[in-house]
Amino acid sequence: MATLELGLDEGVAAAPARRRRRLGPVFWAAAGWMLLVFAVSLFADLLPLPSPTDMDMLERRASFSAAHWLGTDGFGRDELARLIHGARVSLFVGLCAPVISLTIGGALGLLAGYFRGRFETLVVGSMDVLLAFPPLILALAITAYLGQSIPNLTIILGVLGIPAFMRVARAATLTLARREFVIAAEALGASHARILLRELLPNVVLPLLAFFLLGVAVIIVAEGALSFLGLGVPPPTASWGSMIGEGRESLEVAPQLAFLPAIAMFLTVLSFNLVGDTLRALTDPRQASL
Amino acid sequence: MLRFVGRKLLYLVPVLLAVSVLTFLIASLLPGDLAYVILGDQATPEKVEALRHDMGLDQPLLIRYFHWLGHILQGDFGRSFRTGQTVLQVVAERLPVSFELMILAELIGLVIGVPLAILCAARSGSAFDRFMTSTAFAMLSMPTFLSAILLIYLFAVSLRWFPATGYVPFSEDPLANLRFMVLPALTLALAEWPGIMRVLRSDMIATLQEDYIALARAKGLTARRILFVHALKPSSLTLVTITGINIGRLIGGALIVESIFALPGIGRLIVGAIYTRDLVIMQGVVLLVASGFVIMNFVVDMLYAVLDPRIRHGHA
Repeated sequence: MATLELGLDEGVAAAPARRRRRLGPVFWAAAGWMLLVFAVSLFADLLPLPSPTDMDMLERRASFSAAHWLGTDGFGRDELARLIHGARVSLFVGLCAPVISLTIGGALGLLAGYFRGRFETLVVGSMDVLLAFPPLILALAITAYLGQSIPNLTIILGVLGIPAFMRVARAATLTLARREFVIAAEALGASHARILLRELLPNVVLPLLAFFLLGVAVIIVAEGALSFLGLGVPPPTASWGSMIGEGRESLEVAPQLAFLPAIAMFLTVLSFNLVGDTLRALTDPRQASL
Repeated sequence: MLRFVGRKLLYLVPVLLAVSVLTFLIASLLPGDLAYVILGDQATPEKVEALRHDMGLDQPLLIRYFHWLGHILQGDFGRSFRTGQTVLQVVAERLPVSFELMILAELIGLVIGVPLAILCAARSGSAFDRFMTSTAFAMLSMPTFLSAILLIYLFAVSLRWFPATGYVPFSEDPLANLRFMVLPALTLALAEWPGIMRVLRSDMIATLQEDYIALARAKGLTARRILFVHALKPSSLTLVTITGINIGRLIGGALIVESIFALPGIGRLIVGAIYTRDLVIMQGVVLLVASGFVIMNFVVDMLYAVLDPRIRHGHA
């Protein structure tokens, strides 16, 4: 299908214009923000924060103060605490779902690219089928029936990400399988398993990991969108998407309630995209002119 | 060319069949029996059993699937048990809204993206180029629901230029209709233009290095003529592909924007069907949207082959 070559084509064609030998300050700023978000969400329980779910009806939509650094939301809950606990949800779903896609999609792509033939047609065909469905609608339909919970959400988003990882792994394997070291291993009588695991896998993992970071960004957005629509993380758990959705109701009186989580999400997604894109440019198998 | 079309068509059949199987499975296997949904929680088991029998729900899955598929092949997608409308009626009602939104969004996206891409390609590596490339990259990290909120805050809450939500059919009042459409279309366009610009820019930079461009320069043609007449068309191959894919995607994927701006399009139809557990509508509409996407991809493949003969002969 036509979508197949897009990601790679663009990277190859756009490459001469960008020189990314050195990792600039922007890269380190992005990596720094990623680390910060990681750290606060990992240690959210240890930080001296008010509870993210305790309501205080007397202090609704309070503005910034010493007691509530970033004010309170429509139920009088501490905004900063909710932001940090929301980061936790975003990162958990954002990291776990691509792990599912990476493992299954990577394995399928590796096998399809190495064995070719009927198996490849079957794998590529079934991925085309999965891609035919608007992903959010599929996710929405399944969460609506399976019930809203963080594990369900993670699994669904993970499955929806399989085709993308399959394509990256398959494209990388296709080029690598023709390289001398693989032919040499075959000539030496290495088994399929050995070639796949010892020769191909270590080389395919690199582009896959770079793509993984881009996948995290996509999943954070998808989780945000579902929670924004009220079909992602069940309340009262804080999630950036649901916070933006709740903040939207009070855009006129307290725009910060929508914009604070929005900025946090934008910066995080941008950071993952930046770091992922830089690493992808570094590991891009440029010879992949299929 | 005929063989190429034939091969692609042959591939289309199993994909569409698999799409129908998956749609059917999603709607059937998930918990929530249709008979319970229709009769409500208070229904007696006997009544539920009777209705299940009437609707054929007690038959094996495979038979139900073929039954459903047979009806669809005859153009009968079923009707909603809530409103009594058929799937095709509802889709015909909602499709113009999504279609208008998609066309407007794609147009605005092209109007922003194409000139910027040409300017950047003409001066690739310049400060302007680097600035626009970074901006486009940053914009790609902007989820649509964020830009929607930003636009609502700016143009609906603060400036009060455009309404935040609502819809009037084009046939009733074209001007009011456009006023309602501006913000949603702009939201989608904000997500579309970075992709358009990046793709066209990199293709155009590659084209500008061709020999015939050097020849055109040597002939003393103006930069504008070279860029628009000589370089634009051969550089627009990938652009055609992503525009086609975007259109296919937007038909069913404008869900978030339609929800935020309360537009009665296909996306909201599906969300509504999911909320109210209107399985027949959900099944039918999802099948139509997914098949539409597959067919759109097929058309793009064909278009691509028309524009670039190498693909027809199986080199790509």
